Amino acid sequence: MAAQETDWSAVMIAVRDGRDRTAFAALFGHFAPRLKSYLMKSGATPSKAEDCVQDVMATLWHKAAQFDPERAAVSTWIYTIARNRMIDMMRRERRPDPEAMPWDQDAEPDQAEVYAAAEEGRLLSAALADLPEKQRSLIQRAFYGDLSHSEIALETGLPLGTIKSRIRLALDRLRSKMTES
Amino acid sequence: MTTCSSIRHHLNDALLMGYASGHLSEAFGLVVATHVTLCDDCRARLESLEALGGAVIESEQETPVSTEALARMMARLDVPVVAAPPIARRKSSLPAPVAAYVGGDLGSVKWRPVGGGVRQAILPTGSQATARLLHIPAGQAVPDHGHRGTELTLVLRGAFRDATDRFGPGDLEIADEDLSHKPVAEAGEDCICLAATDAPLRFLGIIPRLMQPLFRI
Repeated sequence: MAAQETDWSAVMIAVRDGRDRTAFAALFGHFAPRLKSYLMKSGATPSKAEDCVQDVMATLWHKAAQFDPERAAVSTWIYTIARNRMIDMMRRERRPDPEAMPWDQDAEPDQAEVYAAAEEGRLLSAALADLPEKQRSLIQRAFYGDLSHSEIALETGLPLGTIKSRIRLALDRLRSKMTES
Repeated sequence: MTTCSSIRHHLNDALLMGYASGHLSEAFGLVVATHVTLCDDCRARLESLEALGGAVIESEQETPVSTEALARMMARLDVPVVAAPPIARRKSSLPAPVAAYVGGDLGSVKWRPVGGGVRQAILPTGSQATARLLHIPAGQAVPDHGHRGTELTLVLRGAFRDATDRFGPGDLEIADEDLSHKPVAEAGEDCICLAATDAPLRFLGIIPRLMQPLFRI
């Protein structure tokens, strides 16, 4: 299984720009069973998880235009859609969002940025897989909501600082563009 | 909304992680979303944690979906979705997440006096924690209080000081049970804060304590 080598950003772009159903089915094949695990570990019943997966992947298709490979890896985008859907399903509260940034001003994507974001996603997944089981499970449990209010040590050797720095620089560029216009 | 470049007091990892993982109460989530709106550094930290969420998804074992799931999925692609009306970007003196709860500008906030010239407005959130706007007149103090849980105070306008430090626009004070403090608004400008508590405040003076149930602080 060459899961590691698949460029999911490119597959997602085929969905976004070409409305490519085969590409979409490939994304579904890869992410749906993983999303189902994540949702069940976060407390959803199997049937609720299954419904939620359908909603998440439908959002992926219908809001494909919002996918910006310069900003994040596909897995990041899918994660935020799934998290938001889960909050809406389970909590029935409003979900306060930060003010959205007007990223789409920039029509021509910068290929170096696209590559950097996808590569970071791959490196982060690899680093998480390489962690000792105990540490990895702690991070996973934080995402499932199993850890209550305890400080979570994020100094785990994961390359989060690199990702943060890239996003920070992109935000600086966007801010200076916003003040120019 | 412009960001505040002078922010010195930021979100901690636990709050960012709680928000990134979708497990914060609505009131605390509102404070996090508002700070992130004002602070690009915390926005970048939040988005890197969301990337970690993506890596967690990638790390999952595969739980098989039902046999008809893919067919059901593909059939759904042609079902048109009713697009939600785009959220009108209002120019507001309040950060967008707060404006959404207030339903407009600072002018539309329904203030109630809580004593000492201080006014507050409870925002409608889920009951796990309470969010409110505080208006503290320049030079005035919020009654001395401690809390049973955590209290988050985010400055939207003006500044306050307490025993720990000075807090200006965009700064977030995270106060736990041990901190009994008396925030005083700086002279010159009224201070407006977004505050959230996950347990009722404990006022130390007898009169404010009697007022507590009435004002839901």
